[in-house]
Amino acid sequence: MSVPHTLLGLLEPVPQHGYTLKREYDARFGGTRELKFGQVYATLSRLERDGLARVLAVESGDGPDRRRYAITASGVTELEHWLTTPQEVGEHTPGELFVKVTLSLMSGRSAAAVLDGQRAVHLTRLRELADIRRSGEITQRLAADYETAHLKADLTWIETAGARLERWSADLNQGESANGSQP
Amino acid sequence: MTARLVATGLRLAFGATQALDGIDLHVGAGEIVAVMGPSGSGKSTLMHCLAGILRPDSGEVHFDGVRLDNQNERKRDAIRLRQFGFVFQFGDLVPELTLLENVALPLQLLGFRRSVAEHRARALLDRLEVADAADRTAAAASGGQVQRAAVARALVHQPSVVFADEPTGALDTVTGELVLDAFVDLARENGSSVVLVTHAADVAAVSNREVVLRDGRVAVAAVDRT
Repeated sequence: MSVPHTLLGLLEPVPQHGYTLKREYDARFGGTRELKFGQVYATLSRLERDGLARVLAVESGDGPDRRRYAITASGVTELEHWLTTPQEVGEHTPGELFVKVTLSLMSGRSAAAVLDGQRAVHLTRLRELADIRRSGEITQRLAADYETAHLKADLTWIETAGARLERWSADLNQGESANGSQP
Repeated sequence: MTARLVATGLRLAFGATQALDGIDLHVGAGEIVAVMGPSGSGKSTLMHCLAGILRPDSGEVHFDGVRLDNQNERKRDAIRLRQFGFVFQFGDLVPELTLLENVALPLQLLGFRRSVAEHRARALLDRLEVADAADRTAAAASGGQVQRAAVARALVHQPSVVFADEPTGALDTVTGELVLDAFVDLARENGSSVVLVTHAADVAAVSNREVVLRDGRVAVAAVDRT
């Protein structure tokens, strides 16, 4: 995700300090990966340098000076360009679950146990999301819909992989018993 | 949580196939339990044993503290009619009857007057947003309408337990979600327990906990997280 563009998007409705920007970013888009303050201030400096944001006011206090940033006209143009440009479909990289299942199969461990464990965790999260989708505010609902759709895709894969492994292991057993019956 | 259905050591073979191979399961009052697992893992067979449709070779099924599996056919029929509701993948309504008549049927079999039964049935069809199609025959209604009516039929007599076998398996994703949500909301309002058989994990997500079967045995028995 483009952090500079996201910050521009958050600055557009109302000028903000770095601190409030970070808080809003974390609440809306951070998930488990919050922005670091250093990254926020460095990004705001670059946006200012590039003429996409400007310092509206510098307020002195006990600590360091607090700068309030606003988006510029060029910033709005840049933001609109970013918003309306579809993102590339990147090459799909297999997730950690796929790696774990593969390594379990390669090492003779139980891949089904890996899938079972992950299914339980996914279902727990889906149940939490179901509550948010029913009662959260609109952006929370959208975020929950988005996460739900991705978890469902994972779960579809978990069930497909489970069924495939069952079939594979049945074929393997049949092959072994056929071999065993040969003189 | 009070146990409503308790199964212990259920075993059932069809010829050389051991469909159930020693299953223990309990379903609490008002609890929704998803029974998952690949095709042929024993999900539907387990459901039929829990509902008293099939008798296990060994093991026991207790409903509200009373042993169900050793009752005679007539007593099991009576318990099913009064205490249980069923939703199947393709609705399984009577095609010649209207949706309204189908939904009113369980109440009429229980001795309710037709007018009372149809009044309740219409209210439920209304809740499920399918009242407009109430007077259409099941044969002429759409898959989504039939499935909503099937949900209504399963719940109209406020059963203790609803058994649902892939209840949204024949519907598109969006319709399936709507029907499933309505089903779960109504079952919770009723305080009915639900045994939800599904191979789809996203469907199982509406449950309080899931039980995963593999080769007729319980592979995963999750704890209730609610």
